[in-house]
Amino acid sequence: MIYLDYAATSWPKPPEVLKAMVDFLERAGGNPGRSGHRLSIAAGRVINEAREAAAECFGSGDPLRVIFTPNVTYALNVGLQALLQPGDRVVTTGIEHNSVMRPLRELAKTGLDLVVAPCDPTGGIDLDALRRLVTPGTRLVVANHASNVVGTILPAADIAAISHHAGALFMLDAAQTAGVLPIDLKTLDVDLFAFTGHKGLHGPPGTGGLILGERVDVDAMRPVFAGGTGSRSEREQQPEILPDKFEVGTPNGVGIAGLAAGIRHVMAHGIAAIRSDEMALTAQLCAGLTTIPGVQIYGPGSPAARTATVSVTLAGKSVSEVGWRLDDEFEILTRVGLHCSPATHRTIGTFPEGTVRLAPGLATTPAEIDATLRALSAIARG
Amino acid sequence: MPRYRVILVHTTAAAMRGEAVLNRAGLGVKLIPVPRNLSSDCGLAIRIAAQDREQALTVLARERVEIAGVHDME
Repeated sequence: MIYLDYAATSWPKPPEVLKAMVDFLERAGGNPGRSGHRLSIAAGRVINEAREAAAECFGSGDPLRVIFTPNVTYALNVGLQALLQPGDRVVTTGIEHNSVMRPLRELAKTGLDLVVAPCDPTGGIDLDALRRLVTPGTRLVVANHASNVVGTILPAADIAAISHHAGALFMLDAAQTAGVLPIDLKTLDVDLFAFTGHKGLHGPPGTGGLILGERVDVDAMRPVFAGGTGSRSEREQQPEILPDKFEVGTPNGVGIAGLAAGIRHVMAHGIAAIRSDEMALTAQLCAGLTTIPGVQIYGPGSPAARTATVSVTLAGKSVSEVGWRLDDEFEILTRVGLHCSPATHRTIGTFPEGTVRLAPGLATTPAEIDATLRALSAIARG
Repeated sequence: MPRYRVILVHTTAAAMRGEAVLNRAGLGVKLIPVPRNLSSDCGLAIRIAAQDREQALTVLARERVEIAGVHDME
């Protein structure tokens, strides 16, 4: 079997992730931050280690501004709903996932002034056009760090600069880039950073988080979810202090334990080394694809401008047929269709049919890329 | 001089982080339930040796762990 669906979730998980999760259930089974006995404290220590690992991985100076959430979609929702008010102007891009687009469309129903900056057919953004749309008084700019459909990397630092010049905050959706691209939040100057745990960070599903930068006025945000935190129990109002303001109820301790191990695994491997390996795989994949008659590749041509996520269509073949044959005849696992991002498929011209997405990752080998190219050649022939 | 000081923080996450940074600074610390005579908070507090007070507060400030108070404890 060849697993080419890293853009959906990474598989297999590193053994230390599984071990950390078993250890958590066996040895740290208390409710973190609730009871004060040794098992509760042991669980709390594991979660603190994860907070410190996430802060270190992304160059955030303060682990207590790392808020754990069930996934990146929750992280994006918490950030958007906590921050935005009716009448606020928000600018986003034409390659957003529905995890950003749907919450913004919901908020637009109650008066959010939502503007979508167009992207070109490779998924790239015109920064001059963006600059014109991010008018003074814009509250927030939200951008996908890299497309989950075509892999296009958006210039986060440039978008941050445009945002801040207009007095807006900048939110980055790192679903596709956390653990895949070296990220330093201070250099990129990101204000709200949303990440998932189960893709490039190699943790389990059910993990993710939101990291708030110093520019974000936490006191001016709504809690979104309210409930027990283990702190300030004498009050019936939600605490204002991070991370408790946005972390309510019993956390996914077992998942967060796995996430910490995943982050440490990725950091030990070296994110720059992962990036270099994935660029080589992408170059090999794209070079091979161009030799197959009828294959159209979407996204930027240069491996440096993209992640390892590559979308293709085959002339005369439906994407569902190609995806099914790859799985059924060749045991190659991909994802076809719209990838929860109608905006991107409209941008690249593949709406509503979609594409076949080939997404290699950490454990993919050059031999597996060759085998995939042979399989696609066979499918293209008949 | 009392035997211990108790450092109160605002969240359990801060108590955990405080324990970690103080341990890394070489200070002996113990997390204890917040003494009810100090606060009605049901969370955790950081207990340190009395003589470590200044060093502990310096480390916590450097690591941005905001504290809610420091109290003597026998």
